[in-house]
Amino acid sequence: MRTAKQSGEYKVSRKQKTGEVPARKHIRTTKRTRKLKVSSGAFIAPSFLGVLVFFILPFLVVIYYSLVDSPISGNFVFLDNFKNIIGNSAFQKAVRNTALFSVVSVPLAVVLSLLLAIVLEAKLPFRSQFRTFFLSPLMVPVASIVLIWQVLFHYNGAVNDILGNFGIAKIDWLKSDYALVVTVILFLWKNLGYNMILFMAALASIPKDILEVARLESATPFQTFFYIKIRYLSSTLLFVTIMSLISSFKIFREVYLLTGDYPVDTVYTLQHFMNNKFKNLDYQMLSAAAILMSLVMIVIIGILFIAENHFGKDVEG
Amino acid sequence: MRKKTIPVRKVSENRGQKRKVNRKKAWSVTKITLATVVAAFFAILFLTPIILTITNSFMSSSEISANYGSVFATNSSGGKVYISEKVNLKFIPDMVSFSQYITVLFKSPEYLLKFWNSVILVGPIVVFQLIVATLASYGFARYRGRIREIIFFAYIILMLMPYQVTLVPNYLVSDWLNLLDTNWAIWLPGIFSPFAVFLLTKFMRRIPTSVIEAAQIDGAGEWQIYRRICMPLCKGAVCSAAILVFIDYWNMVEQPLILLTDAEKHPLSVFLSKINAGEIGLAFAVATIYMVPSLLIFLYGEEYLVDGITYQGGIKG
Repeated sequence: MRTAKQSGEYKVSRKQKTGEVPARKHIRTTKRTRKLKVSSGAFIAPSFLGVLVFFILPFLVVIYYSLVDSPISGNFVFLDNFKNIIGNSAFQKAVRNTALFSVVSVPLAVVLSLLLAIVLEAKLPFRSQFRTFFLSPLMVPVASIVLIWQVLFHYNGAVNDILGNFGIAKIDWLKSDYALVVTVILFLWKNLGYNMILFMAALASIPKDILEVARLESATPFQTFFYIKIRYLSSTLLFVTIMSLISSFKIFREVYLLTGDYPVDTVYTLQHFMNNKFKNLDYQMLSAAAILMSLVMIVIIGILFIAENHFGKDVEG
Repeated sequence: MRKKTIPVRKVSENRGQKRKVNRKKAWSVTKITLATVVAAFFAILFLTPIILTITNSFMSSSEISANYGSVFATNSSGGKVYISEKVNLKFIPDMVSFSQYITVLFKSPEYLLKFWNSVILVGPIVVFQLIVATLASYGFARYRGRIREIIFFAYIILMLMPYQVTLVPNYLVSDWLNLLDTNWAIWLPGIFSPFAVFLLTKFMRRIPTSVIEAAQIDGAGEWQIYRRICMPLCKGAVCSAAILVFIDYWNMVEQPLILLTDAEKHPLSVFLSKINAGEIGLAFAVATIYMVPSLLIFLYGEEYLVDGITYQGGIKG
């Protein structure tokens, strides 16, 4: 934000300068800008070429594949592939499960990480140690942890033992509908630390004088939280929600490591569907699924940008 | 870090006010106790799986089989056969033994081979992604034209796309270039992944233009500004980006699963999930070894990690 303003000011001052000086100088300045454009553009070139070759161009081909009946004959069938895939029961199941997982896990991730950030905001003993502890799951590869997860959530495992003490019947966590619960827990375990850091940064950036005024006006902590902090957190809240949503789409990794190629129905995610299509090299289905997914993502990202513009103005303006 | 500014308040003779102050003090004490309890609760939940994995790696193989045999027996057969054998979760092994490590490190080379696969896959990605990204982000930060803003926006969207979308284009390109089943299929998309570009651009845009202009007046070319001014200023940000990229790829499961059909080339993260009943005696040691590099990086660079996450907050700006 600040840099944008600075560069804006910079441009204005340059314009003023060029207004004052004779035309010849003016040409030299634009020449210099052009030179700057080219020479700094050269720095982008390797990255942009790579992105073009490995992401953008093939993505255009994916769009093409999603519209033809087969890559070889290349007859346009327009939306038939999309109709097929939407009618596909496995795809429906995958979408339903992924959506259900996101709906359950994202609000939990947002609320719990905000709670953790607020807890760490207080002057706790061992505050920085707690932060380290909460962050550590982020660094631990999921693959390392699934073993113990399997032991904990096994039918005869520790979690059932503990619950058994409270008279709760044994649950076969990983091989029943409860697999969803286990993956949600694993997801939260992994992602809370990341969100917490974002919230902590946002909490620390709330202007102190406003909080001070609220305190002097004898606002209760709850009032301060809901009327002041939440307003300042709104854009971070949004960002965290979107990031959690995006990482909730990546939950396949955890599911795959926990339950392998063929999980129970509730955790059959979109990525499982895609993997199966990769195995059959079913390009039409794959492309159509990828396009649909990217459309959904573009809508979500669009909401992020619009809302951030909106809320950003709300607080700063 | 954040200090609450508590104005010095003279305790007045007035009794009512004194009581009020006392009540406030009591409230703040309960608040901190409550926060500590919540933090401790989460800390225990977060750390248990990590600690359990590490302590269990010091059990002898026979102890593991005796305790957890049933978990992995049912796993490998895939059926819903419940061996009535109990799973004994243990925090501390009966006898500390290094037999798992000795077997993994000296007797069965396949694990070390898989570990090496991981290193070979991740190392070049981290190094070259950062080289490409520092160059590109210099280009993006140095000049902000309309085309460049559009490209940068495309990078953000690409960064936010889940694997379900990006893997299809990646697969197609690797197929065309005959890279499937070679490490290049993982390396190249990884190297050109837009994530580090995004993070570093956000950081570099904060470098004041006056610094760069001063260098320019002293006769520095673009390359020199990049090399002598931007790079030293961005050291911290580059570390942050390196850590975030490293975790992401050290954790990867989806890409090798699809792009490397030859299981010999799979990294340890994929291989760990396939460990079956015969090998569980070693699994915890392997899991711990896999965790060690990222934990070491975490202990060394926690601040960088936190900074990196914080820069990410707020996609725009």
